[in-house]
Amino acid sequence: MAEFTLPPHSRLVKGKKIDVSDGAKNKKVFEVYRWNPADVDEDGEAQNPRLDEYTIDLDKCGPMVLDALIHIKDNVDSTLTFRRSCREGICGSCAMNIDGTNTLACTKDIADVHGDVKITPLPHMPVVKDLVPDLNHIYAQYTSIEPWLKSDTPAPNRERLQSAEDAEVLNGAEGHGPAGCILCFCCSTSCPSYWWNSDRFMGPAILLQAYRWIADSRDDATGERLDQLEDPFRLYRCHTIMNCTNTCPKGLNPAKAIAEIKKMMVARR
Amino acid sequence: MSNQIAPKRPLSPHLQVYRLPLTALMSITHRLTGAALALGMLIVAGFFLAAATSEEYYDMLMRAADTVGGKAILCLWSAALYYHMCNGIRHMFWDTGMFLEKDQANRTNYAVLMVAFMLVAGTWVYAYYVN
Repeated sequence: MAEFTLPPHSRLVKGKKIDVSDGAKNKKVFEVYRWNPADVDEDGEAQNPRLDEYTIDLDKCGPMVLDALIHIKDNVDSTLTFRRSCREGICGSCAMNIDGTNTLACTKDIADVHGDVKITPLPHMPVVKDLVPDLNHIYAQYTSIEPWLKSDTPAPNRERLQSAEDAEVLNGAEGHGPAGCILCFCCSTSCPSYWWNSDRFMGPAILLQAYRWIADSRDDATGERLDQLEDPFRLYRCHTIMNCTNTCPKGLNPAKAIAEIKKMMVARR
Repeated sequence: MSNQIAPKRPLSPHLQVYRLPLTALMSITHRLTGAALALGMLIVAGFFLAAATSEEYYDMLMRAADTVGGKAILCLWSAALYYHMCNGIRHMFWDTGMFLEKDQANRTNYAVLMVAFMLVAGTWVYAYYVN
């Protein structure tokens, strides 16, 4: 059953206000979700998460939200914890909720946010620390779709070739096909259906990946893959809310991939 | 769900922070209007029942419907009906794989809202002139 409110221990409380802008003209306030598992009271209970406010001089940091987070970590509070790696939108590590929408901190321009920049972890996930969500469950769901090529023919001595048309199904005309997915999970954690049913619903990211293998001309396990998804929850909890497609930082379309899987379910009857 | 080690991990904010796009708001409205229509069917059933029972009962219901409150309920019910119908038609297109690109989904939002509004307005203008 859907729970629309946060459990008591997860509710945000007011945090610290730290101004390091030093009277600069070009300043901006970043409200950042903070929670530290080591910060416990005498009963071993953790504090509630809080929203800390950092006012920084934008002339002293780069243009992206990730630059601001790194600036805060380097100059204000070295305990601020977040995942990041490539800083160019290809690794998917710095996925978080910025200004009410899931996206990659490294490709989100600070100038695109009007007013204060509110940053929280990917929604409806257990938090490991600060902006780091626990991805174990979603990775387990990814494993469950067996995301590798399954072929009935013996492995050739070289790559398995496919035609340009067949490859375009995966890559998309402008690189916006399912193969462009970087597994940042912005889409799955933007989906209300996934929020309420993540224990059984696969969510858009995993279904997009499932479609990536179903649609692959070299893969011979299409029927088996469809069998695995034919379930009231795994596939059919998608109600075309479209948050996934609206939020994807790579411009991919999980909603359409899910619709294609649903069509194949009907077509094979 | 996940292995909970002490201390208990908090759940990150979801509805509290997420800025729902129009497609999402229209999706929840589709569900709410669906529920409202199911309830509204009781009123429709009431009309049939009253009409089948006696002229007296039928007149009583018609008088109740002619009050400001009665008209408001009927107006909201017609809005729910037309909205649910128009958005339902869009869902049928979506089920065939059409209109699922991001810009199409956002443009058809306005198409659904506009057609539904015109149908509601048309129905009530028609009802007003027929009377």
